Amino acid sequence: MADQEQFSDLAMEYMPALYTAALRMTRNPADAEDLVQETYLKAYRAFGSFETGTNLKAWLYRILTNTYINTYRAKKRRPEIADVEDVEDLYLYHHLAGDPSAGLGRSAEDEALDRFTDTDVKAAIESLPDTFRMAVLLADVEGFSYKEIAEITDVPIGTVMSRIHRGRKALQKALVDVGRARGLVGASDEAR
Amino acid sequence: MGHDGDGVPGDGTGPGATEPLAGFVGCDETIERLYYYLDGELTEQRRIEIVRHLDLCGPCVGAYGFESELRKLVANRCQDRVPDALRDRVARALLEESAPGTE
Repeated sequence: MADQEQFSDLAMEYMPALYTAALRMTRNPADAEDLVQETYLKAYRAFGSFETGTNLKAWLYRILTNTYINTYRAKKRRPEIADVEDVEDLYLYHHLAGDPSAGLGRSAEDEALDRFTDTDVKAAIESLPDTFRMAVLLADVEGFSYKEIAEITDVPIGTVMSRIHRGRKALQKALVDVGRARGLVGASDEAR
Repeated sequence: MGHDGDGVPGDGTGPGATEPLAGFVGCDETIERLYYYLDGELTEQRRIEIVRHLDLCGPCVGAYGFESELRKLVANRCQDRVPDALRDRVARALLEESAPGTE
């Protein structure tokens, strides 16, 4: 049983992480701020049911995720296309591949990766359908384990793994598209 | 998938090849498990198999290095500063919520 008076001390430090996730999910600062505030209010009210010593960050994310799904996603009239195009493994790596004889040291691909800006990466993530966006955010931005993500999103671990896997591939595809628009990636597959 | 034309080491573990030596895996399997490896979600036995493969295979190390850099990029390029107004707003909302007589 957690004490409500401790809530602020314990929970406030997660606001940057929650706000980042809220921004990626809602794709707009005003909605993201509302979502974070609502998450904190709900968490405060429910804090009595939080088991001290368990994962507070994951618990807060669970509330954020549910609030997003129930409030913001419900606002949209038509459901989002719940699938992503499948691409080969190492899709981005192969698209950024430079001269294979470039030699040792930091590879051309790794260098090319550095040219993606914050805006590029955020745009690529935000282009993913909800379910996959959420899975990639939780895994790659927040570093939650599969098990934690299963608890946060309330789906079986196998589903989590599949969503992360496909979401990452879709993210690579999106990064190639963004990169192409910015001239970081060659114009077409045929060119290689 | 392997590294066609990318200098696959002759470990004979491609599709249709004979079973690799116990405890060793080929490029295809390494790439397939790369995410799980990076996520730290493999069993110890499988993790060791990947480590062994990466010790011997330049192209897979290249792919591993790239995916690991990409993971960092996604995390680092995706941070936003919390507006002060939001901190104040949440603090105020929680204060109101806890104020006596409002329940």
